[in-house]
Amino acid sequence: MKILVPVKRVVDYNVKVRVKSDGTGVETAGVKMSMNPFDEIAVEEAVRLKEKGVATEIVAVSMGVAASAETIRTALAMGADRGILVETDVDLQPLAVAKLLKAIVAKEAPNLIIMGKQAIDDDMSATGQMLAALLGWPQGTFASKVAIEGDGVTVVREVDGGLETVALTLPAIVTTDLRLNEPRYASLPNIMKARKKPIETLKPADLGVDPAPRLTVLTVAEPPKRQAGVKVGSVAELVAKLKTEAKVI
Amino acid sequence: MTALVLLDHEAGSIKQPSRSAVAAAQKLGEVHVLVAGAGVQAAADAAARLPGVAKVILADAPAYDHALAEPLAALLVALAPGYSHLLAAATAIGKNVMPRAAALLDAQPISDIAGIVDADTFIRPIYAGNALATVKSADSKKVITVRAASFDPVAAEGGNAPIEAAPAVETPSMSRFVSAELSKSERPELTAARVVISGGRGMQSGDNFKLLEPIADKLGAAVGASRAAVDAGFVPNDYQVGQTGKIVAPELYVAVGISGAIQHLAGMKDSKVIVAINKDEEAPIFQVADYGLVADLFTALPELAAELERS
Ligand SMILES: Cc1cc2nc3c(=O)[nH]c(=O)nc-3n(C[C@H](O)[C@H](O)[C@H](O)COP(=O)(O)OP(=O)(O)OC[C@H]3O[C@@H](n4cnc5c(N)ncnc54)[C@H](O)[C@@H]3O)c2cc1C
Ligand SMILES: Nc1ncnc2c1ncn2[C@@H]1O[C@H](COP(=O)(O)O)[C@@H](O)[C@H]1O
Repeated sequence: MKILVPVKRVVDYNVKVRVKSDGTGVETAGVKMSMNPFDEIAVEEAVRLKEKGVATEIVAVSMGVAASAETIRTALAMGADRGILVETDVDLQPLAVAKLLKAIVAKEAPNLIIMGKQAIDDDMSATGQMLAALLGWPQGTFASKVAIEGDGVTVVREVDGGLETVALTLPAIVTTDLRLNEPRYASLPNIMKARKKPIETLKPADLGVDPAPRLTVLTVAEPPKRQAGVKVGSVAELVAKLKTEAKVI
Repeated sequence: MTALVLLDHEAGSIKQPSRSAVAAAQKLGEVHVLVAGAGVQAAADAAARLPGVAKVILADAPAYDHALAEPLAALLVALAPGYSHLLAAATAIGKNVMPRAAALLDAQPISDIAGIVDADTFIRPIYAGNALATVKSADSKKVITVRAASFDPVAAEGGNAPIEAAPAVETPSMSRFVSAELSKSERPELTAARVVISGGRGMQSGDNFKLLEPIADKLGAAVGASRAAVDAGFVPNDYQVGQTGKIVAPELYVAVGISGAIQHLAGMKDSKVIVAINKDEEAPIFQVADYGLVADLFTALPELAAELERS
């Protein structure tokens, strides 16, 4: 079975992003970039399926600026076999990403696509569901367990009330939640090996897709700041303040 | 302009986040609501009683049981020609279904909106709520999920809308519900509670979460958790508050043994009053707390329970 794993280059989750003073976006110059954490979980899951002999090939795909090749290298160092970079400076939104991925699926014919449930920069949580729709495939979103059984996949999903299990026919799309696995760190030898693995570079036009954004960002602003609070000296003082000052209990 | 809101329902009632989605939709125009499921007449009746709803569309068929994304998205697409906006609360169901419907309509979904500027323009948090983007959609149909904590829900009663049956739609059979393992709790739901008390890694074990219970009982609170507490197996996944968990904005949020990582703050910093109990006075949670108590939680929690009992 061939698995496709889309991986996005995002501002590292440890960075406290700052809004640019001109309100056009957030500061990304000189900021540490990493693979979207949910995509690391996706790569890890694919690699485990390969280690179990279920998967035969893992293709990592990233879309965006040229530096997204680094994100593919990370996936290759974790165990993916080869990469595809769709290079563009356009601000790619989930609909465009889903269309580009659909075109790649037409060439690659994977049986399973594992991707993140959410990119931690745009917080859209949309691309997997959209790609599933465009392909006419079933979707198992927010997965905390994935099991391939015959020509289907069983997915345990994290939902609002707890867990839900669905059975999907293959080919299918799975999006990862935090509890699916703990991604490995790439070892030095594997980082070296990854340098020799191939990455193919394409442009959106090669795939026949117009990547233009449908949402125009008018402004990006800082959220309202909370007033600095106070420290209380005791539990009794806390309860008194909540009663008489905040009036919430 | 008419908006259609896909409702989350359970046991014949409409979930509170969906009532917030209805409130958001009312800013856009006339509101119709969609109740889909199997044997869900009671939920449709409840939907008809929501104030300000002009019509209820009832899709009652086995295919809609368990709210699988594939049939629900197909249903929304079939209904879409009558609407300018399709909305749902940003719940597990809304997040699963709406982007799928959007792609079929060739629209870019507008996820997790926290504000409405006009019929095309919306405010949504990005980067774990560290920035608010105002975005204008060029799509002819807007597909939206609504951050429930940002819109006061409409009341549960007061309306009297007609109920109409949805057209039969061919349903894809590529996915199947197998089972559900839902956490049982007598407490209010996290996203609907007036008070939330959450525990973090500092709680040290699932057993110690019992220390929160007398306090939650006294305050009528829901119990939540940080990711670290969920990952460690102290509590189930549906307790997680944060950027990638549940977004809450109660009157009172009490964070116990939680450091205050940005991903956690993203889920609770719009609460009206925040209390933090942490033994580390440098913990970032104190930067957003209205009332901070530097203390060991294992002494503070029993004291707090006793103090609330006394008063
Ligand atoms: C992709 C991604 C998504 C994430 N999504 C979320 C999310 O949705 N929600 C979320 O919460 N996190 C999320 N996180 C994780 C987040 O970054 C933090 O790791 C997490 O919130 C930390 O949880 P914590 O505060 O309980 O643990 P810690 O950071 O370990 O803090 C524990 C705190 O307990 C205090 N403490 C310890 N013992 C005691 C005691 N006896 N008495 C009093 N205080 C004590 C300590 O001083 C410390 O401040 C996400 C991370 C990533 C990468
Ligand atoms: N530019 C991109 N390149 C590769 N994968 C992407 C890209 N954007 C989104 N994805 C995938 O889609 C998932 C969800 O992203 P989003 O819908 O933007 O929250 C991510 O976790 C990735 O797996």
